[in-house]
Amino acid sequence: MKLITAVVKPHRLDEIKEALQAFGVQGLTVTEASGYGRQRGHTEVYRGAEYTVDLVPKIRIEVLVEDDDAEQLVDVVVKAARTGKIGDGKVWSVPVDTAVRVRTGERGPDAL
Amino acid sequence: MPPGITIAADAPALSAANTGFMLICSALVMLMTPALAFFYGGMVRVKSTLNMLMMSFISLGIVTILWVLYGFSIAFGTDHGSLLGWQGDYVGLSGIGLTELWDGYTIPVYVFAVFQLMFAVLTPALISGALADRVKFTAWALFVALWATIVYFPVAHWVWGTGGWAFELGVIDFAGGTAVHINAGAAALGVILVIGKRVGFKKDPMRPHSLPLVMLGAGLLWFGWFGFNAGSWLGNDDGVGALMFLNTQVATAGAMLAWLAYEKIRHGAFTTLGAASGAVAGLVAITPSGGSCSPLGAIAIGAIAGLLCAMAVGLKFRFGYDDSLDVVGVHMVGGVVGSILVGFFATGGGQSEAQGLFYGGGLGQLGKQLAGVGAVLAYSLIASAVLALLIDKTIGMRVGEDEEVAGIDQVQHAETAYDFSGAGGGTAPRTATLPGPGADGAQTKKNKKVDA
Repeated sequence: MKLITAVVKPHRLDEIKEALQAFGVQGLTVTEASGYGRQRGHTEVYRGAEYTVDLVPKIRIEVLVEDDDAEQLVDVVVKAARTGKIGDGKVWSVPVDTAVRVRTGERGPDAL
Repeated sequence: MPPGITIAADAPALSAANTGFMLICSALVMLMTPALAFFYGGMVRVKSTLNMLMMSFISLGIVTILWVLYGFSIAFGTDHGSLLGWQGDYVGLSGIGLTELWDGYTIPVYVFAVFQLMFAVLTPALISGALADRVKFTAWALFVALWATIVYFPVAHWVWGTGGWAFELGVIDFAGGTAVHINAGAAALGVILVIGKRVGFKKDPMRPHSLPLVMLGAGLLWFGWFGFNAGSWLGNDDGVGALMFLNTQVATAGAMLAWLAYEKIRHGAFTTLGAASGAVAGLVAITPSGGSCSPLGAIAIGAIAGLLCAMAVGLKFRFGYDDSLDVVGVHMVGGVVGSILVGFFATGGGQSEAQGLFYGGGLGQLGKQLAGVGAVLAYSLIASAVLALLIDKTIGMRVGEDEEVAGIDQVQHAETAYDFSGAGGGTAPRTATLPGPGADGAQTKKNKKVDA
C-alpha cells in the first residue's frame, strides 16, 4: 500500500475530490495546513509597515491506495491541483506497512 | 468653545432645544471612548486585546469621579492667574442649581459639566494607544488619575476657561485640537520616551489582529465626533454648530481619501487600516478649525492632515521610539496641523471674526495658534514624562519581559479575548475540580456560591 499526500492550494479541493472519486477512491482525509515553497509568501502593509507573511494557507490531502494504483493516482491529483501559477504545491507517495479498518478489524488492502 | 460669545443681548433663558441637543451630544461624545477602545483594540495582537480595551474603558471610571470631585472646578471654575480655575460650589458639583445656566449660554451648568466631562474622559484614553502591550494596569490607572489632574484639567482651563491665558489671547480651539489631541499626543510621546519600546519592536511582526474591529471603532468614532464637534458651540441658535457638523464630515472624507491615495502611491494598496486612520486624522484636524473655516477649507484641511499624518506614522521607525498605535503620528500631528491651519483658513465668518492668512487676516491668528500649540505641546510632553518617571520609580510602569511576551491580558486581567481552544482544549471551571465540602473552608463557601 501507499500513502499519497498532497499539499496544495485550498481552492483546488473540489476538483481533486471529483478526480479522486472518478478514479474510484473511496475515502480521503483533508487537513488545513500552512507553509511555503520556493516562492515564499506574500507581503502585507499596515500603516506603511510591511510584513512578510511566510506561511500561506494550504490544504493537505491524504489517500491510502494499493501499490498498483499509486503512480497513476499521483498523476490524477497533480492534474487536478495544477493551476500553472506559483504555489501550486507538492504531491508525494510513501510506502505503508499496515492499515486496519477500525470497525471490522480488516487489514491490508481489504481495509481500504 | 469660542471667546466672548453671547447668544442673545438680554440675559439668556434656558432653551429646552439646546439643552436636549447638548444632552444628546454628550452621549455621542461618551460613545467615543468605547469606540476608541475598539479602534485601538483591533490594532494590537490577540494577546493584548483586552488590556487595550480596558485602558480606554477605565478612563470612564476614574476621570468621571475626579471630574465631579474637583476636575470641573479646576477647568471651568473662577480663574486664578490665567493658569487654574477653582470655585467652591463646583467642587463635588454640589452647589449648582438645576436651572442655573452656564454663563452666557442657554443650557444648564450641569449640561455643560457633563458635556465637558466626556472630553475629559476621552483625552487620557487617547494616550493609551501608544503604550500598548507593556504597561501595568495599576500604573496606567494611577497615570490617568494624575495626568487628568495635573495636565488635562489645567490645560482645559487655559484653552476654554474664562480667564485662561490661551482663551484670553484668542487661540481658536473649537472642540479640542489643542486641549484634547495635541495634549494627548504629546503626553503619549512623553510617556513612551520614558517607558521604552515593546519587546521585539522592529523585529517581531506586530500587525493588527482584527481590522474589522478597527473599522467598527473608527466608524463609531466618526459618529460620536459629531457630538464632540457640533456640540462644542453649546447650542444651535446661529448655525455655527451646523457648519461644524458639515465641516466634520467633509474634512474626514478628504483626509481618508488623501491617506488612501498616499499609500496607494507609496505602498501599492488601498488598505483598510489606512482608511480608518485617515478618517481619524481628518476628525482630529477639523476639531480645532471646523468652526472657523468654510466647507472647501475643511476639505483642504482634511486632505493636508491625511497626507501629513500618513507620512508621520513612519517616523517611529526612523527615530526608533515605539508609539505602538501611532497616537503621536495621528493625534499630535493631526492636532498640530489642524490648529495651525486655522491661521490660514479662518474666514472670519464662523465662530469668530479672526481671519487667517488666506482670507486677508495676516499673520496675527497664525501666531496665536502657534503659541497655543507650542505651550500645550511642551507642557504636556514634559509633565507626562515626569509623571511616568515618578510612577516608574515607585510602583513601576512596565510588566516583566516574560509577562509581556506571554501576553498582558492573561497577566493583568486574568482573561483572554478569544477562545481558540480546539479538540481537547478549553478550560473547565476551576471550582469543578476542587475537593468537595469540608476540605477547605474558604473553597467550600466558593463552591456553594457557584452551585447556587
